Amino acid sequence: MSGFPRGRTAVVGAATFGMGEAPGHTSMEMLAKASLAAIEDAGLKLGDIDAVFSTLQQDPLCAMTAPDYLGIRPKLVETTRTGGSSFQIQAMWAALALDAGLCDAVLICYGSNQRSAAGGLMRTSITPFPYESVYQPRNPPSSYALAAARHMHEYGTTREHLAEVAVAARKWAQLNPEAFDRRPLTIEDCLSARMVSDPLTVRDCCLVTDGAAAVVMTRADRARDLKQPPAYMLAGAQATWHRHILTADLTTTSVAECGPRAFAQAGIGPQDLDVVELYDAFTINTILVLEDLGFCPKGEGGRFVSGGAIAPGGRLAVNTNGGGLSCVHPGMYGLFTMIEAVRQIRGDCGERQIAGAKLALSHGNGGVLSSQAVTIFGAQETL
Amino acid sequence: MSDLRPDEEFEAFLKDGRFMIQRSRSTGGFVYYPRVAEPGSGAQDLEWVQPSGEGVVYSATVVRNKLPTPDYNVALVELAEGPRVMSRVVGIDPGAVKIGLRVRARVDAIDGTPAVVFDPVQEGGA
Repeated sequence: MSGFPRGRTAVVGAATFGMGEAPGHTSMEMLAKASLAAIEDAGLKLGDIDAVFSTLQQDPLCAMTAPDYLGIRPKLVETTRTGGSSFQIQAMWAALALDAGLCDAVLICYGSNQRSAAGGLMRTSITPFPYESVYQPRNPPSSYALAAARHMHEYGTTREHLAEVAVAARKWAQLNPEAFDRRPLTIEDCLSARMVSDPLTVRDCCLVTDGAAAVVMTRADRARDLKQPPAYMLAGAQATWHRHILTADLTTTSVAECGPRAFAQAGIGPQDLDVVELYDAFTINTILVLEDLGFCPKGEGGRFVSGGAIAPGGRLAVNTNGGGLSCVHPGMYGLFTMIEAVRQIRGDCGERQIAGAKLALSHGNGGVLSSQAVTIFGAQETL
Repeated sequence: MSDLRPDEEFEAFLKDGRFMIQRSRSTGGFVYYPRVAEPGSGAQDLEWVQPSGEGVVYSATVVRNKLPTPDYNVALVELAEGPRVMSRVVGIDPGAVKIGLRVRARVDAIDGTPAVVFDPVQEGGA
């Protein structure tokens, strides 16, 4: 028994707001705009929402802030704080809570104005870890750089392999009108880009943007009567192996453990997926997670992505919105991989639509490869 | 050992110029970073021991800066005793710090804060 209520809940509403830049807006305003749009997308009313799982990066009490702002008195609130993977974990709890009957309609929402407000990365009030901070790693890039350097050493992964990930993401972004950076990008551009923390250049690092997103989940019986084709939740699994890069296994993420659990819940294997939406905070993430999901053996990720294999027209559709590298990355990106998975299942993706997409994976990463979470969504015929 | 105050004690050792790690009396396992119990086993019978100081670079990066701030190395070093530490390998070009490089610990200061750093070990040297 997998323990997960496969297909018994669904994402019925999904929306974004302020993708890239939203000058003049607070993070809360952005969260609210995305939330109202997602509720409308579902064909529901604000008063139908009875559970709010909200995340505002700089607000430890956002579980109360968002319901207050929206004028909701939720039966259930939830604020997992695992960084960018929080949303996959929230979707997992939402499925369990809905299936248990604790609530009827869950709003999962996020907003961040980090680009416009701070002009760069937000400095959250995270307690410094003295056994790292004294050495002044430029985090998060330096932690991911240490993982990339070790992967290169052990498996012969190259900077060209990393560049393949960035170029593929950009090519997908060029098919997505919502993507923030759609400028041409070549492998050579990546190799000659400014080094941030070796071996990662600025092109190996995600964008720093504004952005808000929200989804609404209900039980499957209700989902069928709503406005949109439901994206049924088939799996949700997370694994946390470390907090600091100091204690990390640098070349294997905990997706190696929670990925197989998610596939078992869904009753599918990686080869069955039509689209794979991974949390690409850095180019090395995509390589590590493709390996750990089982698309190729450990160490082969660099060679797997070579030759445009994950770009449009390649062998596997990865990060079809352009990813955190080229579409949007407002501090926490996890909810955006879910939005793209849902849109692909609905067939709403225009030029970048994968024809007949029925099974989509949405992955989240938090901290410095610390928290990994895998969710799988499917169309009606996958039930 | 319920009165163990690992962070405070580690810092006091450093201020005294000493790099110390912990070891469980019952399991023999070495522990770094300092904790009130051995991770995994939960053993609380930790004592401070002086590591050999020998280590090997497990991974390394160069933090790039705008002039005049110099680039610097940040490394993960695997101690001979087993635990990994984050540190800096100093005394050589930061770009020359390669995985597998043998290094030795000493206590120095980074921007006035006492910290363990590592020097490259000359091949054939002591």
